[in-house]
Order: sequence, then C-alpha cells, then structure tokens
Amino acid sequence: MLTPEQIETRLHRILLKVQKPGRYVGGEYNRVVKSWEDTPLKVALVFPDIYDIGVSNVGLKILYDQINQRPDALAERAYAPWVDMEAEMRRAGIPLYSLETYHPLAAFDLIGFSLPYETLYTNTLNLLDLAGLPLRSADRDERHPLIIAGGHATTNPEPMHAFIDAFAIGEGEEIIHDILNMLRRSKEQGWSRLELLRHLTQIPGLYVPRFYEVAYFEDGTVREIRPTLPEAPKVITKRIVAKLPPPPTRFIVPNVETVHNRVSVEIMRGCTRGCRFCHAGMIVRPVRERRVEEIVQAAEEALQQTGFEELALLSLSSSDYSHIVELVEAISQRFHDRNLTISLPSLRIETVSVDLTEKLKQHRSTGFTLAPEAASERMRRIINKYIPDEQILQTVREIYRRGWTTIKLYFIIGYPSETLEDVQAIADLCQRVLAEGRKVLGMKAKVHAGVSTFVPKPHTPFQWASCDTIEQILAKQDLLKRSLRDRNIKLSWNEPQETLLEAWLSRGDRRLAEVIESAWRRGARFDAWGEQRNFQAWMEAFAEHGLDPAFYTHRPRRADEVFPWDHISVGVRKSYLFQDFRMSLEGQSRIDCRQQCFACGILPTFTDLRRQNPGDFWKCPEVKSPARPLPVLQAELTPSGA
Amino acid sequence: MRLRITFAKRGPLRYTGHLDLQRNWERIIRRAGLPLAYSQGFHPHARIQLAAALPLGFASRAEIVDIFLTQPVELDHLKEKLQAVCPAGLEILQVEAVEENAPALQTRLQAAEYRVTLPSLNADAQRELRQRIAGLLAAPSLPRQRRGKDYDLRPLIHELRWLEDGSLFMRLSAVEGATGRPEEVLDALGIPWEETLIERIRLIFTE
Repeated sequence: MLTPEQIETRLHRILLKVQKPGRYVGGEYNRVVKSWEDTPLKVALVFPDIYDIGVSNVGLKILYDQINQRPDALAERAYAPWVDMEAEMRRAGIPLYSLETYHPLAAFDLIGFSLPYETLYTNTLNLLDLAGLPLRSADRDERHPLIIAGGHATTNPEPMHAFIDAFAIGEGEEIIHDILNMLRRSKEQGWSRLELLRHLTQIPGLYVPRFYEVAYFEDGTVREIRPTLPEAPKVITKRIVAKLPPPPTRFIVPNVETVHNRVSVEIMRGCTRGCRFCHAGMIVRPVRERRVEEIVQAAEEALQQTGFEELALLSLSSSDYSHIVELVEAISQRFHDRNLTISLPSLRIETVSVDLTEKLKQHRSTGFTLAPEAASERMRRIINKYIPDEQILQTVREIYRRGWTTIKLYFIIGYPSETLEDVQAIADLCQRVLAEGRKVLGMKAKVHAGVSTFVPKPHTPFQWASCDTIEQILAKQDLLKRSLRDRNIKLSWNEPQETLLEAWLSRGDRRLAEVIESAWRRGARFDAWGEQRNFQAWMEAFAEHGLDPAFYTHRPRRADEVFPWDHISVGVRKSYLFQDFRMSLEGQSRIDCRQQCFACGILPTFTDLRRQNPGDFWKCPEVKSPARPLPVLQAELTPSGA
Repeated sequence: MRLRITFAKRGPLRYTGHLDLQRNWERIIRRAGLPLAYSQGFHPHARIQLAAALPLGFASRAEIVDIFLTQPVELDHLKEKLQAVCPAGLEILQVEAVEENAPALQTRLQAAEYRVTLPSLNADAQRELRQRIAGLLAAPSLPRQRRGKDYDLRPLIHELRWLEDGSLFMRLSAVEGATGRPEEVLDALGIPWEETLIERIRLIFTE
C-alpha cells in the first residue's frame, strides 16, 4: 500500500494535466485533520460523484461532524475523480485517497458511501476498484475496510446487495455511532469479518444483505425474502432521530468553485403533503421541525464560520413549516445588509410565497420557480398535488408584477394513466402563464418549462405502477416540443435513457447486481452525466444475464406482489400505500395529514420515540397511551405476509 | 480604508486559480468579520484587487492583495486574526494600510522574480544547463510562439541564473502586454516544467 507521501509525490506530477486540479488536493477551510496514529477508528466518507457536487452534501457533512466529534474516530472525505483524473490516476498507479491526509482508502477501517440516487451505482463500483478493493462483499475479509452505504436510494438496497457489506436505512445521526462502537469491539476482540457482520445485524436499521435469501417465482417475481441467521431481523426498520440535532455550521469551504457554495440549514425534515410520486415525501416521515431561533442562530454561526455569500433554508416543503412567516421575518431582519443571496426553495404555489421570496431578496433575481408537477386538474388529483389553475395564474401574475421576468415551471410526464391530453395541458398552461407575463411585461416575459419523466419509486403509492416505454416518452416529449415553439418559452427535458436506467435500478431486485457489474465492466459510469452515459453497455449487460429490462419498468405489479424491498420498512404500511394507489386510480385525493391523520403507519412504528418526545415540533399526533405491541403491524410487515 | 496584504500561496492552494483565489479572499475577509466594501449596482462585487495573477500550479511567497473596507479597522493583531481564518497553504506575511486612492497595483507592476526548483542534476547535466543559460542570454532574440502568437522571449528575460543550491533564479518582465512566463523560459532551456516547482519570490513595482 502506498504511503500518503508517495501518493502526494505522484499526484503533483499529474495534477496540472487535468481540469480543475483544485478538486483533488483538499486543504479547504473547515476540513478536519486528526492524528492518524492516535485515532483508532478511521472512516472514509465517499460521495460517488465529482467533488463539485459532493462537497456540499449536507448528509455527509452531518456524518463528518458526528464522527470527528468522537475522540476515538476520524472521518476523511473522497469523491469520484472525473474521467480525465481517473485515467491519470490509473496510469500513475495512484489509488483512491482521502483529501484530508492522502491515505489510500484501503487503509481505512470503514468506508461509507452516500447513495442519494441510483445513477451513482456504477461509480460506486468504480471507486471500490480504484481503491484496489474487491468489488464484492463476499470477496472481502478482515484485511479490507467494512463497506457501508446509506441515502435515499438505499431504501431499495437489493441491486447493490452484492457490493455493500451493510446498508444503514434511514437517518444516519445515531446509527453511525452504533456502527463505530461495534467496529471498535470487533477490533478489540479480533472478530473475523463474518463475526463482525453477524454482530452488525443486531443494530436496528442496519441491513446486512449477506444473511438474507431471496426465492423467486417462475415469472421472475419474488416469492419470499428470508433471513438465513436466526438472529437477523425479518424486517429492517429505518432509523430516525426523534428531535433534529443542532444543524452543522462548519461547512467545508472549497478552494475552487463548486455547484453549491453556500450555507444550508435544514429547517424541517419530512413532508405532510403526501404527493404520490414523491419518494422523499414517503420515506422521510414523520415531519420534525426546528425552532426559528435555532435556525437563525445556526445560519449566523455558519455564515461567520464559512464566509459564504449564500444561505439556503432547506426542506421538502418550506410553506408547510409552521412558523414560516416568523422565520422569514427573523432571517430578513438579521441578514438584510450583508450582501447575501438567501433562498427558500420548495414553496407552495400561492401569492404568499411571492411575499416570502421578496422579503428575502437582496439583489435583483430574474427567475422564480414553481412546481405544479402536473397541468391537468385530473392529473393533479391522481398525484395528490391539487392546485386549481386559477391559483397558479394568480400567483404567476403576482410574480411578473413584482418584477421577475422568468418563471420556471417544473412538470413531470409519464404518470400512471397519463394521456396525450394531460401532456398537452402542460403546453397550454405554459402558454397561459406566458400570456399573463406579457400583459405585465410585454415581450420581456419568459417561461422556462422543465419537464422530467416519472420514475415509480419503491415505498411510494406508485410502486405498483408501470413506467412509460421509450416510445411513449418520446411521443410525449415530441408533443411538447411542437406545442411550445415560442422564443420566450424554453423547454428542457430528461433523456429517456436516463429515465429508464433510473427506473430499472429503483425497483430492481438482487439479480441486477450482476447487470450493474457487467455494465461497469463494459465502461458504464457517471450514469447521471448525459455525455458520459453508455446505454449500450447496460443493454448488453442485461442481455448477458438473460434479463429483460422491461420486466423492471413496463410491468404493472400485482396487488399482492412481494417486492424486492419488502423487508425494508420506512415505517409506512404497504397496505396504506396500496390504498393510496387505489384512491389515485379513482382520482381521489387526500388532504395534508397535519389536518387529519390517515394512519400511514409511521406513528405506530415509532410509538415509543414519540411518547418520549412529546411536543409540537413533531407533526404527528401525540401518543399518550402506555406502550403496547402492535401485532397487526408486525404481521403486515413480514415480507411474505398478507 | 484600504488594506494591503502580502501573502504566500503554496501547498494545496497552488491548484486554486486566480478567480477562485479572489473568491477565497472575499470569504476570508467575511470570516474575519471585516467590513468588506462592495461595488454599487445590480450585482455588487467585493472590492478586492490582486496585484498579479499567479498561474495554476505555481507557489508564491510574494503575492499582494488590496482589500477595500467601508470603515477603518484596528491594525493591531489583524495579521493573526486573518491567519486564523485562512485555508491551508495561505500564509499572511504582512498587513498594512495604504492610501485609499493610490493607483491600482496592477498598473504599477514592472517585473516578477521566480525561483525554480529542478530535479537533481549530475555534474555533467549542470554544466550543460549553465551553457544553455549562457546561450539563451547571449542570443539577440528568442522568437517563440504561444497560443498561436509570435513573440520574442529574450527582451522579457531581465535576469537568469543557475544557483548553487540547484535551483534557477529568473527575473522576468511583468508589464501588461509584455509578461514573461517562467514555463516558457524552462521550455527554451529544454526543461519539462511539470517536473519542477516554480515559486514566485518577488513582485517589482514602479514607484
């Protein structure tokens, strides 16, 4: 294994041959460098996309802080080198290394991958390979770091089961300590890799795929998923923190420009709206809010400690934050004269949102973003995001009137039961919005329509739905392109290949592990990057393993189908999701569950936690009854049950 | 108030380019809590002036930046205060206050001195290098091309010496439109510059 000094010497010979070498050297303000020799537990946190995107990831920042605060552990970072750098590294024999101390990743005890989206899977394999580690969990032993992964994509961990030793399901703040404590015991007692993995199954929320077996029906659907160890849980329920801990403030300040150079403060976690297409809205329940003073204080501290000129207040649905007006008032008062850009994304489509945004605005900005997601009222009921057209038009009128010239509208095509009329409605709505703008601004008014394509996600009501074929997607995109020929309307869309790739992997089973590995061997990586995508490699990989990609995408699931992810619980009942799916097909919507609890299952899953943490920061009803088991729920969550 | 800060740039920061360095300075000043001045207009920008762009990959112990503040600040301990909020590789050497409306440093820049660390050479190679230096300096002109443009390198070289410690010293013109680049000199000497470490050691201004 190379020493950090050897790695550094080799690096300096190649860095000036690659684009943006500042990505690969570290040294940023607020990074944490602890003593390698004196710290027993060494963790490498990896975001498997380029530095420019990964460095601002808030999830990894939280873990970085959690780990580095422990006297017995250190956390360092690594990102995917861009293709030019990867080629130079391989040529120079430089393995993947950490930015803090230039140690090769293979020298760490634990490597944690963040997997927020599926198109990072081939990169993950590529990085394991670049680190000189065996790709497969079964081929690694005590000499190798333990490989864990977490993040939204891991709510269906199965396609990556062969490569990752353990998946941390849900929120990472607490489970990371359980894992480190177990690792420490393992080192002290000299456990074998197998012994360590067995012990890891005892950590709630940690899924060790090696100890589970999947049986299939002849048609390729799952018959049963069962643990092969008596002590392994049948169902792995996600972890949550009852109360959001203080937000991170010492953000890494990159020495080169990246995508987001900003302070991000999470104001609330979870969402009560229940939009049926939304993965995050289903898997990040329940809603927990931070107090206004805590947010303002954290923003103040973080701005001081980073010097950033941008502040983002993050949540899945800012308008639903209980004290939003008070928060905006407090933020604007405190920070109005500091030459900052303050953003509050994910606002509801209503005129109040225009007031809120205007209050935070310090410089002229040209674009205002709204996400109607669907354009026909029928479709809005299907996806459970109901907004009357008149409300949208009233809002855009107000936006143009207050001086914004461009309105960005986000839509999704490809929902279940969507027709070409629903797609045409998107074009019509864009025209109507532009017409409103022209009344106020004349030819200066612009509309930017961002139209992505729907991918059914696990653990959502649409997990039973089939996905559009390439031909269907192309026909819909074509209709939009023809109907939106106005020089003041800009249309952008996703390539259908990217959508399909995401769709296979989102609801894939264990057999896709072979496909992912083959695709990677055939050159697939950076699948989220249009110019790098290698669709051919994926098609060949499916063919090589005799699997039909359409099985994963264009197939409506049976009502009683066992899904590959049924042994993973995000706390929301499958029966609830199915009921919601049925309601969707009938065009019935549900109101915000802050107003009425629909018993999605999250509360019974975390009854004890809720009981121990009463108060209105948690937006589910309080639990006052004494603890009792919930047999109905247990039975239902059994993978082969129902 | 206008602060003039002399600083060294080395280590990982060598790979941060000119524009990114400017951004870094803006954030350093904000972290230090100093009242940074901004230009007027729709897109205000921080009033920060770097004396001379340092090419990517070069180290320096003689960079200078002028920072404009909206209010005067105490100079006592300012150097330490700034150093405490700098990224790795940036070392503050000197902080002073200068005349608010003094001319911009860029306009007064005359020449720059560099020290180039070479891979170790044996006696023969050293002798050969010294001969090549002498040849270069004796040439009446050194016609070269850079980015498709013809130019003469010779008048841009004010001084070029081989030092006993195995490094090269050069003083090159740094007047706008006539800037000598150390890597061009190295190339003219037949030395691949990727294998060297170039450090800027002094900026020379007109009075």
